[in-house]
Amino acid sequence: MTILENRATTKVVVPAPAQVTMAGALTAALRDSMADDPRVVVFGEDVGPLGGVFRVTDGLSKEFGESRIWDSPLAESGIVGTAIGMAMYGLRPVVEMQFDAFSYPAFEQITSHLAKMHNRSRGLVTLPIVIRIPYAGGIGGVEHHSDSSEAYWTHTPGLTVVTPSNPADAYSMLREAIASDDPVIFLEPKSRYWSKDAIELPVTTPPMTKGLVLREGTDVTLLAYGPTVKTALQAADLATAEGLSIEVIDLRSLSPFDDETVGESVRKTSRAAIIHEASQFGGYGAEVAARVTERQFFHLAAPILRITGFDIPFPSPKLEEYHLPTAERVLAALDTWEW
Amino acid sequence: MLASGFPLLHDYRMSASAAAREEPVRPTALPISLIDSKGTAVTGKRNAGFARPSDDVLLDLYRRMVVARRFDVQVSALTRQGRLATYPSALGQEACEISAVASLQVQDWIFPTYRDTIAVLSRGVSPAETLALFRGDWHLGFDPGRYRIAPQATPLATQALHAVGLATAAKLKGDDTVALTFLGDGSTSEGDAHEAFNFAAVWQAPVVFLVQNNQYAISVPVAKQTHARTFADKAIGYGMPGYFVDGNDAAAMFAVISSSVERARAGGGPTLIEGLTYRVEAHTNSDDPTRYRNKSEEAKWRALDPLLRLEKYLTAAGILTPAIASDISDEAEALATATREAMSETPAVDPLELFDHVYVNERPALLEQRAFLERELAATEAGSRS
Repeated sequence: MTILENRATTKVVVPAPAQVTMAGALTAALRDSMADDPRVVVFGEDVGPLGGVFRVTDGLSKEFGESRIWDSPLAESGIVGTAIGMAMYGLRPVVEMQFDAFSYPAFEQITSHLAKMHNRSRGLVTLPIVIRIPYAGGIGGVEHHSDSSEAYWTHTPGLTVVTPSNPADAYSMLREAIASDDPVIFLEPKSRYWSKDAIELPVTTPPMTKGLVLREGTDVTLLAYGPTVKTALQAADLATAEGLSIEVIDLRSLSPFDDETVGESVRKTSRAAIIHEASQFGGYGAEVAARVTERQFFHLAAPILRITGFDIPFPSPKLEEYHLPTAERVLAALDTWEW
Repeated sequence: MLASGFPLLHDYRMSASAAAREEPVRPTALPISLIDSKGTAVTGKRNAGFARPSDDVLLDLYRRMVVARRFDVQVSALTRQGRLATYPSALGQEACEISAVASLQVQDWIFPTYRDTIAVLSRGVSPAETLALFRGDWHLGFDPGRYRIAPQATPLATQALHAVGLATAAKLKGDDTVALTFLGDGSTSEGDAHEAFNFAAVWQAPVVFLVQNNQYAISVPVAKQTHARTFADKAIGYGMPGYFVDGNDAAAMFAVISSSVERARAGGGPTLIEGLTYRVEAHTNSDDPTRYRNKSEEAKWRALDPLLRLEKYLTAAGILTPAIASDISDEAEALATATREAMSETPAVDPLELFDHVYVNERPALLEQRAFLERELAATEAGSRS
């Protein structure tokens, strides 16, 4: 609590911003969106009375009732397919895929219909649907519970793909995603669900399609998103001791990619690296490296590096620490450059 | 406890709501029939309690079927001439297609597949708009919201889920809208068909699933798609009524579909209807049915033609007079002419429109690609002028 004194010297108690978890911020975003817009409906597996396996829909069932939020049968293609029909009738569904790898049964509905309907109907049918997907590792999940599937979605024209890294963005970006007339794949880094920040809700952060410079630096631009933003910030801290100044950018939006923010930074630092949990080959970092190279080649002093998971299926809980990129691995990678 | 002694943690069958649930209608072993292949009214068990539609309805169905047949034949001919990229014909399936459309009200939606072009036409879409997809100028030529027709689905059974979602949204809003989705025999094997049947039943969505069993999925016969007695039998497992109907009998198809539509509208939930019919033409113009079926089978089904029997019935009943038949024929020919004219015009396509509808929100990177194509087009044009 902060105590201020006013002119009359009576003490006024101003509550400090509360500690909000990312999961709590997402719940608040859903609640506020549902309260503001009766067209917003939420459904999926266990999102009702249980509040979702990560409790992101906690309390919403009681607050809004079964006509606004309900448990669906256990079938991901069915969840996305019916959401498409609902959107065609004017609703704005927010659906949950319980875990990253469980979204694959919905792949056809997402890539062939959700992503293409606006285009194939020449703009006559809009599908304002948000698919929330808890993704990535770091929580000791058993197999099929830790995938980073972002490249499947970013490779699909018609989809907007975003991922927050902190509670404030989680709130603001989810509200923006729900308000968007384009379908949005909203990737929630499950290792960050319980991370806390002192924030006041509602909060509005910059537009979800913009990347943000989280920490300024002069020597290297380190690009991260979702679960690896924390790793990138750790790497920047460690690097300071070595006299290396790292600029950290939280991409936030994977599709579209914020060429402007990244380009500006790379022109300043002349070096760039990207860090992600997903495997490397054909991964999101490959697109970023190619894209930034094409556009900033004459400003670059070194090839763009990728610090990623290995090209292996996501490991079992006791082995995941060897797979996930760490701050130390980032610094070791930067050491491979000729400086 | 089950007989085996295996304990059920929660015996749903014993719950009050399950016990109170009505026993769904079981499909008949033989298809429901109201007018047989000789054009004679069917009496007795085969009509399963459904009354023959009124003469006005039957005449309207006949007129629309004749017009649709003429259109279908015309479009197949135009496709052979190279005017269309492809055309999946529905020749022989007019009783299913037209009865479905005729059973719906203006607020209802249909979710057609690529084979259901005559249903799109019969709901009032112009030939040019109807055929944009198969002519290859755009993926969709009509406004779905205006006609309440979803874009024709090319992936199989995916549209059934869209129908369930739309119908559920209508139910949530308190509207009396019903969605009817077309499916084929092959598409019932897809996972999305199962999910659609199940979601619709659990949510009691106002949906009618119309499976047109035309007996072939391109070349693969029904026996290789299902071991069930009929596709209608599948309804039982989902807890919804199922009807096995003579799909070449427009009277039976209309009676069963319209009663299912009105039942859905009244809050009675979904229905699964199988219309037993036959795909008289090839799958598309690039298919060769001689490789997988014989002439005698085709001849047998041609004799069961849906138009022929309705014509016999209406003529014998004195409803279809030579004057009316002549009017219908004129209407069909006028449509064929309009279709030929529409397809003879070179469609105006704008390559730059490729970028315009990918997203609602503008994307700078996509605008760069648009500008690239624009420069390329300008250079090509300048080159061709010089």
